[in-house]
Amino acid sequence: MAVEETSGNGIGGAVERLGRATVRGVEEWGYAFALLLETLYWVLAGHFHRQPVRPAAVAARMMTIGVQAVPILAVLTFSIGVMLAIQGIHTLKVFGAESQVVVGIALSVTREFGPMITGVLVAGRSGSALTAEIGTKQISQEIDALRVMGINPLRYLVAPALLAMLVMVPALTILADLMGLLGGAVYTALAMDLSIHAYLDRTAAILQWDDVRQGLVKSVVFAIIITLVAVTNGFAVEGGAEGVGRATTRAVVLSIAYIVVADMLFTFFLTR
Amino acid sequence: MNPAAASPHPPVVIEVTDLVAHYGAHRVLDGIHMRLYRGEIMVVMGGSGSGKSTLLRHLLGLNRPTAGRIVLLGTDMARAGAREMQDLRKNMGVSFQGGALFNSMTVAENVMLPLREHTSLDERTMAIMARMKLEVVNMGGFDHLMPSQLSGGMVKRVALARAIVMDPKLLFFDEPSAGLDPVVSAELDELILRLRKVMNMSIVVVTHELDSAFKIADRIMVLDEGRVLQTGTVEEIRHSDNERIQDLLERRPRTLEMDADEYLARLTGKG
Repeated sequence: MAVEETSGNGIGGAVERLGRATVRGVEEWGYAFALLLETLYWVLAGHFHRQPVRPAAVAARMMTIGVQAVPILAVLTFSIGVMLAIQGIHTLKVFGAESQVVVGIALSVTREFGPMITGVLVAGRSGSALTAEIGTKQISQEIDALRVMGINPLRYLVAPALLAMLVMVPALTILADLMGLLGGAVYTALAMDLSIHAYLDRTAAILQWDDVRQGLVKSVVFAIIITLVAVTNGFAVEGGAEGVGRATTRAVVLSIAYIVVADMLFTFFLTR
Repeated sequence: MNPAAASPHPPVVIEVTDLVAHYGAHRVLDGIHMRLYRGEIMVVMGGSGSGKSTLLRHLLGLNRPTAGRIVLLGTDMARAGAREMQDLRKNMGVSFQGGALFNSMTVAENVMLPLREHTSLDERTMAIMARMKLEVVNMGGFDHLMPSQLSGGMVKRVALARAIVMDPKLLFFDEPSAGLDPVVSAELDELILRLRKVMNMSIVVVTHELDSAFKIADRIMVLDEGRVLQTGTVEEIRHSDNERIQDLLERRPRTLEMDADEYLARLTGKG
């Protein structure tokens, strides 16, 4: 009766399970991609269907995803800047090249830590919340209710979240860059004979637009990853409150994993 | 002139022909035929697992059937384009089992949502229309409350107000009395009858509550294991000689017939 039943144990069974897992994986990626296209379609063509994406809904999402994340992100990235300065000075002392710490912090913060910390934080804070929200709406039939009312759930729920992510993750990344650099500047000024002003001047001289751009490109990719992972897991919820919990955990773990892997790939291709 | 006018029946609003549906490999609906006339209240009855919820999901266009045709208000759901489905959905109202109210919105905002999304009425007009519908379901004065502050019966009545806010021609009601005390569920029955009388809606109610079904139904359709056992008036169903229907009416436990070999195979996991 059950179609999912495997034919047996041993090598045959293992191969079959691997095959099924692969098919499921491809299915999930395909689903996420289709979801992205359809959501973008609603953003662009919603007006023609008399179902526009409401600016008020986007603004509300931007508040929770972006503005409310500012304090915690500032603390995190400032600490990262301080941490990089401590490690940098400690390591470079061996070569007597402590003053080069400015270069290290400037590049690693804008290219790596700014976007990465922002991505991980937003995935944990807002990605999980989005999964929980959509999952709860799914099990309480609110998604069904939207559909029978003729309100497309992608347009109504997903599009505002995607737009808000696309704006706020890069914006938060810029903040993260600034706070990280400031953290590095403050520690370096205290530890070495270099004023904060001089530190920031040197940073400005070292940094090129390309470095910042690399971070921002990554942050846009992270925004898409976080939204898609959150939404696909939210819509896939079944099995009551426990299911929502499971989906939320899965969404956070998966999006952080995708963010780190995507970050590595981008670093590889963009650092040439 | 119109041939329908000459016939004894009012126009057909729902026509389901030979509907088959599967969950995975399991056949949950098997050759369902159903016809609803305008202004009629049909109750779909059956025990759990009879396929009544699945039938409702198909009627609402939430699931796609394996085979068969569903025509609502003259629109064939399998062939309808996005715009046609949209127009159809504006003419349908649905009250879900748990209400499915949006928890982040007040009662009034919930009821106003379809208006906000489908009309370009101004805020005050929408608020007045929402309050009017809340009055219809005896929920006047509760418009500023959040869904979490409401009792089960109140949630269902608000859900009903939201379902009728666009003045739909077709109303679907999933398990109106589930989880409610007898008095509140009797009030909901009265409400459904009043809606039909006042707004001349055609109504499909899915339930397993016998009292409620006999009170509101014009006709009852009894489902069992994905098949229609019988469709008929309240009297016809009451006096049905179908054994399964009598089991349902008398609340007799089902007698499970099973082959001894099959039973053994199932226990040993070799089925």
